[in-house]
Amino acid sequence: MTLAIVDYGSGNLRSASRAFERVVRELGLDIAVSVTADADTVARADRVVLPGVGAFGDCRRGLAAVPGMEDALEQAVVRRGAPFLGICVGMQLMATRGFEHGEFEGLGWIAGDVAAMAADDRRVPHMGWNDLRIHNKHPVLAGLATGDHMYFVHSYQLLCADERDLVATVDYGGAIAAVVARDNRVGTQFHPEKSQAAGLRLIANFLTWRP
Amino acid sequence: MLKPRVIPCLDVKDGRVVKGINFVDLRDAGDPVEQARIYDAQGADELCFLDITASHEDRDTLLDVVSRTADMCFMPLTVGGGVRSPDDVRRLLRAGADKVAINTAAVARPDVVREAAEIFGSQCIVVAVDARATAPGKWEIFTHGGRTRTGIDAVDWSARVTELGAGEILLTSMDRDGTCSGFDLDLTRAVADRVTVPVVASGGVGTLAHLADGIARGHASAVLAASIFHFGEVSIAETKSFLAAQGIPVRPAPDTAAGI
Repeated sequence: MTLAIVDYGSGNLRSASRAFERVVRELGLDIAVSVTADADTVARADRVVLPGVGAFGDCRRGLAAVPGMEDALEQAVVRRGAPFLGICVGMQLMATRGFEHGEFEGLGWIAGDVAAMAADDRRVPHMGWNDLRIHNKHPVLAGLATGDHMYFVHSYQLLCADERDLVATVDYGGAIAAVVARDNRVGTQFHPEKSQAAGLRLIANFLTWRP
Repeated sequence: MLKPRVIPCLDVKDGRVVKGINFVDLRDAGDPVEQARIYDAQGADELCFLDITASHEDRDTLLDVVSRTADMCFMPLTVGGGVRSPDDVRRLLRAGADKVAINTAAVARPDVVREAAEIFGSQCIVVAVDARATAPGKWEIFTHGGRTRTGIDAVDWSARVTELGAGEILLTSMDRDGTCSGFDLDLTRAVADRVTVPVVASGGVGTLAHLADGIARGHASAVLAASIFHFGEVSIAETKSFLAAQGIPVRPAPDTAAGI
C-alpha cells in the first residue's frame, strides 16, 4: 500500500510526513509514505494527503503548476475512490471557491466557499487549541469525542453549503468548520500532525479507513 | 472555545540547552531534543526555542536541533533568535519549525516582516518585541538582547508589524525578564488590547499565579516561561490544573505520555 503526501511547494511537509510515518510504524501498517510532486505517483497511490500552508490562491496556483497533478488527484480520488485527507488549506482547497487575495476555483469536492474570518470581536488568526463539537459520526473520528482538542492556525474558514458535509466544528465567535467529509474524502481545518495524541489518533483512523 | 496556551521556552546555545529542565529520566539534560520530547509528552501546548548562539556560522547546529525535534514532537514549534531574512525563515521552516520569530532584523528593516509573511503566510511569522518601560505607561523597543535603545514605542510598533503581516506578537518585558516577579501586566494589556493577532506574554514568570495573571489581567493569548518549568518546580499538568482552578479554560494535560 502507498500513501502520497502531495508536494506542491506549500510550506513544510516534514511535520506531516513524520507524523504519518510514526503512526505507520507504531501500528505496524504495510504502507509506504512518500512526499511527492510526481503526478503518476499520486495517480497510483492507495491514499492521498493534501497538506497546505499559506494563502488559498498561492496554494491553488502551486497545485496547478505541478504538471498533471490535478488530473492525478481526479484519477486517484474521484475516479478510483482512494481515501483522501486535506489538511488546513488542503481542506479549504476541497471547497467550490476561495476568496483569499482574489477569487479562485477550488477542487469542488465540498460545496461551499472559503472566506475571511472577521477580526471584529476575536483575534485572527485563530491560533491554538480548540475543542471539537462532533455533529456527524465519521470513521476518521473514531475514538475521538466532542471536547477533544486540536491545533488550529488559520485566518480563513470553509463555509459549507450542505450541512451534511459538516462533520465537526469548533466555536470561535461562532461555529467554524473543523472536519468536513463526503464519500471517500475528508478534510481537517486543524493540523492533526501538530495535535499530539488526538491528532495521531485521527491519522491512524485515516490510514485504516475503508470508505 | 480557543484555549490560552502554555509555552515552555528553551534557550539554546551552540545546539545545547543553556537553561533547562533537570528531570531524572533525561538521558542528556543539555540536549534540547530530549527536553522537547518531555514537554511534548507532558502536553505542552507549544514549544519555543530561542537561539542565543552568538555567531551566525553556528546556525546549522540549530537547524539540526530543529530537525531532530520535529522528528519526534507533534506539537507546534516556534524558533527565534538571529533570524535576519526570508531565507533564514525558509531554512527554519524547512527544518521543521512551524513559526519563526523575527526580532532585531524587523526593527532594522520592517519590510522583512512583510516579505516573509507574503512568502510563507502570516500564520508562521511571529515578531518578537522586547520592551522596556521608559516612563509610566510608556515602553520602548530594545534590540540586541535588550542592550540597544531604539526610541520606538512598543505598542505602536506591535500594531505596525501586524499591519505588515505578523501573525503573532511574542512580547517580552526586558524589565521583568529573569526577575521572577511576574509579567509587566500593563505592557501586556496595552499591546494585547491594541492588536488583533494573538499576543504571547513573556518575561518575569516566577509562580503559577503569574501565568494566570498574564491571561486574565494581561489579556494574553498565550503565556511563555522558562525557569519555572525547567527546574522541575512545576509540570505542565500542574500548570493546567492551577489555571483551570482559577477559572481559566485550558486544554487538559494528557493522563499519560502521548501515544496512539
